[in-house]
Amino acid sequence: MIAIGDKAPGFTLPDTDGVEHSPADDGITAVVFTCNHCPYALAWQDRLTQAARDYPGVRFLAVNPNDAERYPGDSLEAMQQRVSQEEWTMPYLRDESQEVARAYGAQTTPDIFVIDGEGRLRYRGAPDADHNDPALNAAWLRDALDALIAGGQPDRPETPPKGCSVKWKS
Amino acid sequence: MSAAPVVELLWWEGCPSHPNALADLERILAEEGLSAPVELVEIESDEQAASERFPGSPTIRIGGEDIVPPGEGEPFTLTCRVYRLRDGRVSPTPDPADVRAAVRRAKEDT
Repeated sequence: MIAIGDKAPGFTLPDTDGVEHSPADDGITAVVFTCNHCPYALAWQDRLTQAARDYPGVRFLAVNPNDAERYPGDSLEAMQQRVSQEEWTMPYLRDESQEVARAYGAQTTPDIFVIDGEGRLRYRGAPDADHNDPALNAAWLRDALDALIAGGQPDRPETPPKGCSVKWKS
Repeated sequence: MSAAPVVELLWWEGCPSHPNALADLERILAEEGLSAPVELVEIESDEQAASERFPGSPTIRIGGEDIVPPGEGEPFTLTCRVYRLRDGRVSPTPDPADVRAAVRRAKEDT
C-alpha cells in the first residue's frame, strides 16, 4: 500500500496482445485498476477513455487484477474480446498474479493512481464524484493531471475509491 | 384483494450499491403507497447465491419475482450486478422507472 508522495512500485505487465507495458520513466502515468464485470468500472469507462484521448502526454495504463477463475468475465480472453469490440485509448493489462494490485493497495474497480515524472504517487481515488453523471467528465482525475502538467500538486490528492471490490484469489 | 407482496433486496458486501438501491426502493414504495417492508437478504457465498438464484448485488424481488429478470444463462454468483438504465447507460442499480413499474404491477395485484 502506498501513500501520496511515496515512490510508486514499478511493474511490467502484458496487454491483451502480449505486449509489455510499464509506467513512464520520466513522465506522468495514470494507472487505472479496472475490470470487465463491474458496473462502476463500466459506467466510468467512457470518461476514462476520453481522458486518455485528451492527455496524449500522459501514459494511461488500464490494469485488470481480478481473479478470472471465479470471475470468468475478467479472463484474458474476455479482455481481448472487449478490446476488439470497443474503442480503447489505453492498453488493457492483465495482472494475473495480482502482485501489482497488492503493491499499490488497489481496493476497487476502478481505482486510479497518478504517478508524476519522478515516480511518486500524486493522486489516488475515483475519476470523479459520481459514476452516474457523465457530465462530471472524470474531473478529479483531470484536475490532478492538470496540476502536475502545470508543475504543481493536485489540490485534492486523494479521494475515496468507489466501485466493486478487487476480486482477490483465495 | 390479497396481502401486500414480500419485497426483498438481496445484497452482497463486495458491492457498494445496495444502499442506493434500498433508498430508491423505499422511496418508490412510499410514493406508490405500497406498505410493504423491505426484507434485506445478505448473500455470503457462491453456494447461497446459487440456491437463492442471485445474479448479483443488488437484486430486488417483489412477490418472489426479480424486477429485472436476469438473462438466460446468467450465472448465479457473488458479483456486482450490471443494469441498463432506460437511456442505455450502465448502472450498478436498476433504473428507478423499472422499480416503479414493478411496484405498480405488484400494487395492482394486491
